[in-house]
Amino acid sequence: MRISVQVAPFELGAESDAFAAGVENAGAVVTFAGVVRDSDQGGLQAMEIEHYPGMTEKALTAIAEEAVERWSLADALVIHRHGRLAPGERIMMVATAARHRKDAFEAAEYLMDYLKSRAPFWKKEILAGGGSDWVAAKVADEDALKRW
Amino acid sequence: MDILYFAWVRERIGLPRERVETSAATVADLVEELRGREDRYAAAFADLSALRVALDQELSEFDAPLDGVREVAFFPPMTGG
Repeated sequence: MRISVQVAPFELGAESDAFAAGVENAGAVVTFAGVVRDSDQGGLQAMEIEHYPGMTEKALTAIAEEAVERWSLADALVIHRHGRLAPGERIMMVATAARHRKDAFEAAEYLMDYLKSRAPFWKKEILAGGGSDWVAAKVADEDALKRW
Repeated sequence: MDILYFAWVRERIGLPRERVETSAATVADLVEELRGREDRYAAAFADLSALRVALDQELSEFDAPLDGVREVAFFPPMTGG
């Protein structure tokens, strides 16, 4: 299991390959990547991601350990960036490996649902006009946890 | 005790962290103390339903005791992913 909270960009292909190559006895590998999209009104210049050093790593580790346990994963990976990102840049990725695809998919969704609402990251949209807005948490994101 | 602020809570209060001497028994008592300090604190803590709290880097609740806690963090609901 690897958790990385970092400023630097990551290579989705290289990370996925390395992850898949490192697992044994897994018939399914699922990867998901989150990308900076334009704001709903358009005109996004950058996304600033703040986090809580120390707690972030602990929270992500706890979430990933729970996923590994619950879906008997062969391995799990979480990479999440912070700092200033441009539209189109990758923010984060998760990867899961399991014997069967259902477990790998479900575990990846679980990781995403939990890290959205329980890992201490906050996004701020920096708009081309000079304004900025903290992204508000959605009720749907909190509700998503209930199915687990 | 160290108090940390993140995102708009940090911006509203105007600093990322501070050390506070307090005898507050619970998080809610601490919030009441902070609110009484200055308008910027009162503004940041106006609506607790919009805030989350972590004690020693674990998510907690506003009625939680502060016994033995070294680090308290206040922030809005998280928006990772």
